[in-house]
Amino acid sequence: MKIRAQIAMVLNLDKCIGCHTCSVTCKQVWTSRQGMEYAWFNNVETKPGIGYPKDWENQERWKGGWKRRKNGKIVPKQGGKLAVLANIFANPNLPEIDDYYEPFTFDYEHLQKAPELPTAPVARPLSLVTGRPMEKIEWGPNWEEILGGEFDKRSQDYNFEAVQKDIYGQFENTFMMYLPRLCEHCLNPSCVASCPSGSIYKREEDGIVLIDQDKCRGWRMCVSGCPYKKIYYNWTSGKAEKCIFCYPRIEAGQPTVCSETCVGRIRYLGVLLYDADGIEKAASVEDEQDLYEAQLKLFLDPNDPAVVEQARADGIADNWIEAAKRSPAYKMAVEWKIAFPLHPEYRTLPMVWYVPPLSPIQSHANAGAIDTVGDIPDVRSLRIPVRYLANLLTAGAEAPIVSALERMLAMRIYFRQRQLGEGDGAAVLEQAGLTKAQVEDMHRYLAIANYEDRFVIPTSHREEAEDAYGLKGSCGFTFGNGCDYGPPHSSLFGGKMGRRKLTPFRPLDT
Amino acid sequence: MLANSYVNTLLFGVYPYICLVVLLIGSLIRFDREPYTWKSDSSQMLRKRELRLGSNLFHYGVIIVILGHFAGFLAPHWAVDWALSPVAHQLLAMVVGGIAGLTAIAGLTILIHRRLSDPRIRLNSRKWDIAITFMLWLQLLLGLLTVPLSAFHMDGELFETLTGYVKGIVTLDGGAAALMIGVPLTYKLHILLGFTLFLVSPFTRMIHIWSGAGALSYLFRPYQIVRTPKTRAEEPTRP
Repeated sequence: MKIRAQIAMVLNLDKCIGCHTCSVTCKQVWTSRQGMEYAWFNNVETKPGIGYPKDWENQERWKGGWKRRKNGKIVPKQGGKLAVLANIFANPNLPEIDDYYEPFTFDYEHLQKAPELPTAPVARPLSLVTGRPMEKIEWGPNWEEILGGEFDKRSQDYNFEAVQKDIYGQFENTFMMYLPRLCEHCLNPSCVASCPSGSIYKREEDGIVLIDQDKCRGWRMCVSGCPYKKIYYNWTSGKAEKCIFCYPRIEAGQPTVCSETCVGRIRYLGVLLYDADGIEKAASVEDEQDLYEAQLKLFLDPNDPAVVEQARADGIADNWIEAAKRSPAYKMAVEWKIAFPLHPEYRTLPMVWYVPPLSPIQSHANAGAIDTVGDIPDVRSLRIPVRYLANLLTAGAEAPIVSALERMLAMRIYFRQRQLGEGDGAAVLEQAGLTKAQVEDMHRYLAIANYEDRFVIPTSHREEAEDAYGLKGSCGFTFGNGCDYGPPHSSLFGGKMGRRKLTPFRPLDT
Repeated sequence: MLANSYVNTLLFGVYPYICLVVLLIGSLIRFDREPYTWKSDSSQMLRKRELRLGSNLFHYGVIIVILGHFAGFLAPHWAVDWALSPVAHQLLAMVVGGIAGLTAIAGLTILIHRRLSDPRIRLNSRKWDIAITFMLWLQLLLGLLTVPLSAFHMDGELFETLTGYVKGIVTLDGGAAALMIGVPLTYKLHILLGFTLFLVSPFTRMIHIWSGAGALSYLFRPYQIVRTPKTRAEEPTRP
């Protein structure tokens, strides 16, 4: 057994209000540059919907993630190594920028500088790819916001598999939820496996998956290799870029920007210890529905003295082991089993997990009569179909989702009964398989969600990674060679990147 | 003018070495000092249309052409003699090179059309991106023109002269340039443009050819890559 540690994230979808603060703050910090206008390291999708980029969950189309061969070995779904190299000149599975959306701005200047006109001046959209006016904006980063568009289109959502989706097109039956997405920093990343240059790597000490910008050659195989479509090709720099899990902040013990700025306090960051030797086996289990359990088994109990001893032997620092004991991610994923990986069937063993959302009771059929099992309402009568959540989080296995939803409902009933003097809630706890201490903890983490409980991030040991003396007075993040300032500049090698200029078309100007 | 012995020595004796030195030293400096600019510079993301057909035709065609040049010119004499008669050797080069060259130029024509006609690609192209594609197109054309030309010299003698010249350049034979006197102009232009392509490569996207060869190491590495703090510490930190 080889123990490694990772900072994992859990998102409590039950509390996500879809405000996009995470996306916006992330964009401002990391992707407000030419070539990356279309890229959102973090985005929030309204489900059901086809998402961003369009139809990303459909791996029959995009060929992301892994496939299991008959002999039990897994290879990237887009092909083995020879197939990847053979497709290097034109990647058949690469999305076009229109599959995300053509980035745009508006001709704001015209509003201020327009001469006297018979009608009020308008700011027409300008493409950020060509700089030319766009006739019409056809798609955007969040086109399906709050069920925007026709149900016909949104119902192409891959998670409707085995759900009688026709019913959910009717107004009174409709449902929605938000799904914030970022790089999953997988244990078995298929982007790393797809990179012909070997430029993508996972950091041993905190599990963050990064692209070495100096080694990336722009072969684009990672873009198609990632089933979550969370690697973006910067068409100006010619390099792939991805969510870096705000590693400079994580190293300093601070939460990522998306987590820090989340107004709903839905994001949790904590250490998970895992068995690195078991990754391949866990990712290769035959039945897709066993992948969630297989990944769960990789996570090790930080309170087990044998695990602690082995972790120390494998070079994990004491402050990391201490943080693992207080990890909110461990509590939610392993102890309470209310958090799940996103699409485990891709076999990448993702490390950003989700607590499924509760939803109102679907009581239109016989108003007033709510189906209950014991004291807990039947979770199958919730508005969001259990099968839909299962398709999203457990490769279609409903039992773990049902259990998690029951536990979340049980927590509410327990507190309501005690608040209103309707009993001690013992029966409901027993039914949901929780102890009193556990449910109090769940309440503390899920409902109160204090900053110190949500983010338990040990500082990294940079003194082991870098020569701090050599870094003294250096320039931090730059593009290109040395302490360059500003956007990628022109050099002897390669010329200026990003030549397009904005050229608005103003027919009414004189 | 190209027949003048001074000019001949300059163009076929000195110029090739200038080009090769710039290619090697230039690539090394760029690789070392400007790794962020080292890339294939694909525009596939902006427009898929035409790229798949054009790029595959061009690249596979041109790879066969390049490997053919290496094998034809640099394989040791005894090996070639053992395998083929000079006439058969020339015939093989004409047929395989001709087909591969036609494939490549067809692909490149599609790519040029795509680059110039699509505003997304056109407006984001560097001057060098356009210049280099035209240089390559011209080079392929010159190369293809030599095929019918060689058909008039089926005895393999001209072929032998050219092989001798290329080997002479590679083996630093000072007398190599003299072999080029009397070689038909098309061959001369093909050779000069070829060396010019070497010359400009470090300053254009052509450097991705090195990485294309380097990508073959992908076949021999494990799927997963994990970097430890220790391995990262050993990487050079740029100022």
